[in-house]
Amino acid sequence: MIKSIKRINIGDMAFNLFNTVFMLLLAVVTLYPFINTIAVSFNDGMDTIRGGIYLWPRVFSLQNYKAVFITGTVFNAFFISVARTVLATVLNIFFTTMLAYTLSRREYVFRKFITVVFVMTMYFNAGIIPNYLLIRDLHLMNNFLVYVVPSLVAAFNLIVIRTYIRTLPDSLAESAKIDGAGDFRIFMQIIFPLCMPVLATVALFVAVGSWNSWFDTFLYCSGRQELSTLQYELMKLLASATQTNNNPAMANAVGVDAQTARNLVTPISIRAAITIVASTPILLVYPFLQKHFVVGLSVGSVKE
Amino acid sequence: MPNIKLRTENILEVSNPKMRISWKTIVHQKQLIFMSFPFLLYILLFSYAPLWGWLTAFQSYTPAKGIFEQQWVGFKQFEFLFTDERFIRMLRNTIAMSVINLVLSFVTAIILALLLNELKNMLFKRTIQTISYLPHFLSWVIVASIVQTCLSTEGGIVNEVLMKLHIIDAPILWLSKGEYFWGVIGAANVWKEVGWNTIIYLAAIAAIDPALYEAAEIDGANRFHKMRYITLQGIRPTIMVLLIMSIGNILNSGFEAQYLLRNGMVLDWSDTIDIFVLRYGIGNGNYSLGTAAGIFKSIANIILLLMANYTAKKIGEERLI
Repeated sequence: MIKSIKRINIGDMAFNLFNTVFMLLLAVVTLYPFINTIAVSFNDGMDTIRGGIYLWPRVFSLQNYKAVFITGTVFNAFFISVARTVLATVLNIFFTTMLAYTLSRREYVFRKFITVVFVMTMYFNAGIIPNYLLIRDLHLMNNFLVYVVPSLVAAFNLIVIRTYIRTLPDSLAESAKIDGAGDFRIFMQIIFPLCMPVLATVALFVAVGSWNSWFDTFLYCSGRQELSTLQYELMKLLASATQTNNNPAMANAVGVDAQTARNLVTPISIRAAITIVASTPILLVYPFLQKHFVVGLSVGSVKE
Repeated sequence: MPNIKLRTENILEVSNPKMRISWKTIVHQKQLIFMSFPFLLYILLFSYAPLWGWLTAFQSYTPAKGIFEQQWVGFKQFEFLFTDERFIRMLRNTIAMSVINLVLSFVTAIILALLLNELKNMLFKRTIQTISYLPHFLSWVIVASIVQTCLSTEGGIVNEVLMKLHIIDAPILWLSKGEYFWGVIGAANVWKEVGWNTIIYLAAIAAIDPALYEAAEIDGANRFHKMRYITLQGIRPTIMVLLIMSIGNILNSGFEAQYLLRNGMVLDWSDTIDIFVLRYGIGNGNYSLGTAAGIFKSIANIILLLMANYTAKKIGEERLI
């Protein structure tokens, strides 16, 4: 008896050891490229070309970040990225929750119809070209509004929030109704404040989606440099890197003036610096919202 | 992680049979109507109105004219697509990369979820989870940039490690050889999403009745028996639902990664239907052909979804619709 327990323990210990090592390896594989990018972004540009930068900078320098921020284009793109993300998130959250509230009212006569109309949109998409033609016909080309307007309410988020509102006690709205409050007031004063836990997650998803997108800039706003976003600037750098390897002209793609490009910074360093600027805001936020993710995701596998 | 059960409630809900649309109810519910109808119009405009654009696939579209003044050509665009060697190749690439991604992402996420579940130290588990979610929040532009750096022949970490381990003698041009492209995309996809994909499995695992494990233990089951016969069985419905949803998306999953990582040397392997639509539809101004390719994709996706759902129903598994 004692012998068998001991054997199981050894097997268990071996498994635990393997599992721990595996997890540490996973952490290294996940974090290494990111840490390496940070190191390169803080390393002197010319020194980076010699190679051999791994976990920390060899010749510490803030030149790359300076180059990124003194050039108007990247700074402007950063501002546009922030503006579109904030605006999209605020409007999205408010509108989606308001609609979700109406769809959570069992007595609402159009509830089912509106729900079906929205849920259908999760299963089909008109496609790139019909959408492109629509945006063109609405005169949203090269217009800041194209970053916000086409994605104000998404069916998936709508279902997530509606499902959450359903878990709140009905008596809250009922008693307010008896006291004479209208639906808009009930929504604003009672339901909306109570939805904060689920809204934190949905806001993160919306913000990440908006902050990370480059395709809408590419497709709809590439005609106006002042509407460019951070991700799109990075995409242009990446594209020029795939075309020509290590060409100093690449730095000009983001408007770093020729003198700076020749002497101090290189395309690789600039790319690293922009990558860090473009990813830091989200990486600072997501760990704090981690425990809510599962609520948002589990609704994704709801059966219809 | 909260103990939540996979919801299988009805999204649409059974409506109250007594509920009738009458003038009185409309007046009574005017606030709800004011709060929801603007969004109904909104979604009709942005998601349904573009469907009119599908008509262009049956025309020879020129931008100068209105949609009803175009020349009608019937199924000519579709015939052209399926006799076009380039389109067939892009269809092949799309399906191949989707299947590779689907298999890799399911297998890796399930294995990682099972292993995470075996970690006993909660702080360690949480830390690993947080780290593993990180790449999900990076945009594909950033991930493509990272992949390019790691796979570079001049000091890229992948080549360096492989050379240090004497697996290869000279750096491999990972991104310039068409044969490697599908694998690179698959690996990049796993790197980006594996941690994130475990969330839903871990939630399903947390919902398994602990009494099952205790009972199995009394019957002499060891750790691997429990993993295989209880945990894996417990998350089977979740796996099925996610699988059906992924199959319905099989022609959808090929744009960003491929577009950002492709280069002139691998076009025969990298280009997908979406890239075709972009290049020939918008790039060359051939809207009709691009739309036809888009329609083919949408319809094929819906058929695949219904087929997967039907098969799951036949074999008595959890299903989506």
